[in-house]
Amino acid sequence: MKLAEIFHMGGYGFYVWGSYLVTAIAIGGEVLLLMRRKRSLLAQMDKDSGFRGERDR
Amino acid sequence: MINRRINWYRYASPGNFYPLAGKLIPWFAIPAAILFMVGLYVGFVIAPTDFQQGDAYRIIFIHVPAAWMGMFLYVLMAAYAGIGWAFNARLSSMMASAVAITGAMFTFVSLVTGSLWGKPTWGTYWVWDARLTSTLILMFLYIGFISLQSAIEDYRRADRAGAVLALVGVINVPIIYFSVQWWNTLHQGASIRILEKPTIAPPMLAAMLIMLAACWLYSVAVVLARVRCIILEREQNVARVAEAGA
Repeated sequence: MKLAEIFHMGGYGFYVWGSYLVTAIAIGGEVLLLMRRKRSLLAQMDKDSGFRGERDR
Repeated sequence: MINRRINWYRYASPGNFYPLAGKLIPWFAIPAAILFMVGLYVGFVIAPTDFQQGDAYRIIFIHVPAAWMGMFLYVLMAAYAGIGWAFNARLSSMMASAVAITGAMFTFVSLVTGSLWGKPTWGTYWVWDARLTSTLILMFLYIGFISLQSAIEDYRRADRAGAVLALVGVINVPIIYFSVQWWNTLHQGASIRILEKPTIAPPMLAAMLIMLAACWLYSVAVVLARVRCIILEREQNVARVAEAGA
């Protein structure tokens, strides 16, 4: 398959690639939010006390 | 013999589960990433174009696994919430909260991809038929569970309230599953049934099952990562309350 054909998807490019784009954004977004939640949590704990080193094994 | 026995109850305590979960995450996350790529390769390069639907059918490789995950994860969430409530098991309730967001994400993906598949094949993005409506209700059940829990400050009370909602909502899952048989609907019947020959070609089936496995592994990895956050958040707040009281 040529690159143009892959994008075109037999005329269904918008629907097929739209589906996978939305999925990628949803999964990527979930992972990103989770990483941010963890980071801000650890930063907060660092500020509060020193028990991060003990917990984060 | 006695020396070889593992004390599984040890891991029912959040404090002991935390490091174990951390060690397990890469064992699920890396295979998940590999299987996503393999599944997409099989689905887009090896699987042939469908003679009826053309290439539009390729949405199936993410739509069906996402829809299954949405349903499975709801049952899993309700089971964790129920066990946490019945046996007063904190970690189990935390797992229920950790599963909810991932389940909601997959249900959202199944709704959007289904809608994008519906437009070229049925001529419409949305119809209020049994399958679609019950899946939308599933999405609202997830959102209800998440917002109910975040609205209640006391963790154990939030867990109990969430468990009631989750367990009542379980009735919706068999309704989604059997909706295509019970009612006249635009949605096609199941492509794969246990004990029956699947009605789709082998490479298409393979791509779908690989994507399903990838979604499972992904879910385990993110749920473990999220339950670690929940353990930390709850412990931290409990410690703060104890400090303020002392």
